Amino acid sequence: MSRLVIASIGPASTVQDGGRHGAQRYGLTVSGAMDRLSLAAANTLVGNEPFAAVVEVGPFGASFAARDGAVRVAISGAPRNADISGSPVAMDTSVTLKDGETLTLGFARGGAFTYLAIESGIKGEPVFGSLAVNARAGLGSPYPRPLQAGDEFTVDAASGAPDLRIELPKPSSGPIRVLLGPQDDEFDDANKALFLDSEWKISATSDRMGYRLEGPAIKHLHGHNIVSDGTVNGSIQVPGNGAPIALMMDRGTSGGYPKIATVITADVGRLAQTSAGTAFRFKAVSMAEAQDEARKFAQLIRNLPDRLRSADTVALNIEALSDANVAGYAVSAIDAGTWQVAAEP
Amino acid sequence: MSATLPPPRLLPSGDSAVTVEFSRTIDDDANQRVLALDKALAASPIDGLTESVPTYRSLLVHYDPGKIGFDALGEKLLALASQPLPPATKARRWRIPVAYGGEHGIDLEDVAKALNTTPDDIVARHVAGDYKVAMIGFTPGWSYLSGLDKSLQMSRRQNPRLLTPAGTISIGGIQAGIQCLAAPSGWHLLGRTPVRTYQLHRNPTFLTEPGDRVTFFAVDHKTFEEQDRAAEAGEIIAEQVVA
Repeated sequence: MSRLVIASIGPASTVQDGGRHGAQRYGLTVSGAMDRLSLAAANTLVGNEPFAAVVEVGPFGASFAARDGAVRVAISGAPRNADISGSPVAMDTSVTLKDGETLTLGFARGGAFTYLAIESGIKGEPVFGSLAVNARAGLGSPYPRPLQAGDEFTVDAASGAPDLRIELPKPSSGPIRVLLGPQDDEFDDANKALFLDSEWKISATSDRMGYRLEGPAIKHLHGHNIVSDGTVNGSIQVPGNGAPIALMMDRGTSGGYPKIATVITADVGRLAQTSAGTAFRFKAVSMAEAQDEARKFAQLIRNLPDRLRSADTVALNIEALSDANVAGYAVSAIDAGTWQVAAEP
Repeated sequence: MSATLPPPRLLPSGDSAVTVEFSRTIDDDANQRVLALDKALAASPIDGLTESVPTYRSLLVHYDPGKIGFDALGEKLLALASQPLPPATKARRWRIPVAYGGEHGIDLEDVAKALNTTPDDIVARHVAGDYKVAMIGFTPGWSYLSGLDKSLQMSRRQNPRLLTPAGTISIGGIQAGIQCLAAPSGWHLLGRTPVRTYQLHRNPTFLTEPGDRVTFFAVDHKTFEEQDRAAEAGEIIAEQVVA
């Protein structure tokens, strides 16, 4: 057995997985990774099930040291500088730490959460099928609390599998899509329009329970108290002060404020990875479109293994190219066989 | 119950959940229909349904849109919800000890003053109540009770407290509550119970279920301390009354 020891880690970093389902009727919320696609990508890179437990690293830096043997890991999610003894490690790749080596992650450059998956997974005692940390309920394993320097995971020795990378679709920069409801009838048309047409920013006081939105005050038709009813990941409730809160994975299972809209499943992770202070907009979509997107999102996650590539071949990735804005006009004329990243102007 | 129950409203809660709303207000009949639909779904599961969450007035149904679409699920839910209510079955009843007032119920005296009576009278009215667990929500084990004496109904605190103790027994609006974990609350704190409605590694992990009946009885603070230690060690403490 090897160990992966946390040499340093910032706040808001916890063990998370696909979440804890089946006990919301008892007030136990789902928790789980804020960005499920990145969770699944990191796990896929090291051959784990997509929703296995990983380290969800918050916006600050962290470093992980292999002890008593090699440890194979992968990173995906909010981009950051990463290196092993000064040798850079790219996002969305797997890498094997030799015994004694340390992987160092910098601050998130955009977004908040980066996922560190460990080959063979994190060992712990699941509750309702999950190791996810829910600090308020004292749940999570092996550490039912935010991670600290000195915490460690006992892991199987690295398999020696080659380093891989995963080609993810270019993240959309479009609006965060919502379905209106369940309580959009608690708002008049002008206030619904105000919600949909305004620019919003995520407040720095946001956390895994909820993202507070800064923008115009949204007024209710009949006041802000409704009889408590159930919440979901992405419910956008509007409390008395008119400042909406998007409920995230550690939300209360019920709430007593009207919910004007709900972020579609495919976009909850994008909202989670929107940095505090970055302006964004919402866009209302139909149920048919939202469910179609949810099915595509589930399929994308199921088919992630098809997106694995050897880390030492540089295949053409037009999405990444246009994202990095290095190719511009030349993209359509590129000869995929000869084009090299190193040849960029 | 009349044969022509008004159909509930189906409110989309995103692409993977639907709120089946029976009433906009706290209403015992609506809650009965919520719990009946919840039971009906448990008895004859719909493929693609992943979890249901009863509340006072609505049932939140989580589902996988890869397995069933909104329209198809909605039809099935409406059909089930239109069924006449099954005859009431004997509910479980819990007798729950409470240490009222003092450090355990810091609002008891203020509530008495506001209602122009004595703390003892407030306690007497609170223990006289016959409550029903209408829903469990917000944090693990937090049991929302219907059946609060009308004379004890008062609006919530202007300034919610950021932290109230585990085991808090409180009232807010027309609701009464058993709170399991320390949590923020805007309700009035009457006392504390040693009973854990949620305790990991105990069988059962969750003590109360929506639909259970609850009555309270007063214990002195010394008894509370003893029971609290026993509860910490895994004892249930609450007395289950077999009807």
